[in-house]
Amino acid sequence: MSETKAPPRDLNRFIEAIPYARFLGITVDQKGNEITTVMAFDHKLIGNPLLPALHGGVIGAFLEMTAIIQLAFETGSAAIPKPIGLTIDYLRSGRPLDTYARAQITKQGRRVATVHAEAWQDDRSKPIAAAHGHFLLKTNEDAVG
Amino acid sequence: MAAEFRMTPDTMMAMKDMLMRHVPHMHALGVEIIDAATAQAWLRVPYDEKLIGNIETGVIHGGVITTLLDNTCGMAVQLAMNEPTSIATLDLRIDYMKPATPGLALVAHAHCYKTTRNIAFVRGTAYHTDAEDPIAACVGTFMLGANRTVPSSVAAAKAALEATAKE
Repeated sequence: MSETKAPPRDLNRFIEAIPYARFLGITVDQKGNEITTVMAFDHKLIGNPLLPALHGGVIGAFLEMTAIIQLAFETGSAAIPKPIGLTIDYLRSGRPLDTYARAQITKQGRRVATVHAEAWQDDRSKPIAAAHGHFLLKTNEDAVG
Repeated sequence: MAAEFRMTPDTMMAMKDMLMRHVPHMHALGVEIIDAATAQAWLRVPYDEKLIGNIETGVIHGGVITTLLDNTCGMAVQLAMNEPTSIATLDLRIDYMKPATPGLALVAHAHCYKTTRNIAFVRGTAYHTDAEDPIAACVGTFMLGANRTVPSSVAAAKAALEATAKE
């Protein structure tokens, strides 16, 4: 730990500044350079009350947020990367439990980064969903909108 | 189960408020059903500060669009089925074309253009007022008969219809 030259950013502070992350109840568990995002179970995240199961969109949003946090950490940029495309594979239904996710940057270019993310609940070897997406990294020329 | 009941556009519109109240996350987002047709659905989520993804710009987070599109696609699948069928999203691919405008409600439209015995194929768009000027577009596939439960929206609509019939 003492060998770390640049101390990692405070990712919980980064995410607390995103209202939608607070709405979903997402926090960051950071151990050195390993980042796990946590989405605490809450009744309002339910999409199918009979099963019950988490809303698929919530799981997709959680994976997207995980990718954004990983990018913020690795690029060290305070600007929030913009999603260009996201593909989500739903592998198992999300049960009414806390959900965890990790992301890895597959390729980081100057303008675009490709990220893979996976979410699981009580068993890391049984992911409930996986996503890969492309994100536009903030550059001055790319002030969209 | 309940083969006589079918989710028609008319049923969906008659039950629209209850259908959304029945799904906790849709209720939390304030989503409403604004229109329905055979194999097609239109949903709207109002602008809300709690859904912001970037406080500097006030733009809604992409995850809200993902959620709205996923749900709209699922409803389009229900409106394409001849009998109540449980469904589960297999995959969803979303392209984000431009940021949503702060302050404006988001509308999603989805069309289930093909169903097979096991799979339903859907595409959708999200926009503010002009469907030809999309904020995001998606394609998705849904597994049919995915679990033993009747889809919650259908179960709720059926229960409400039966209650009305008894009065």
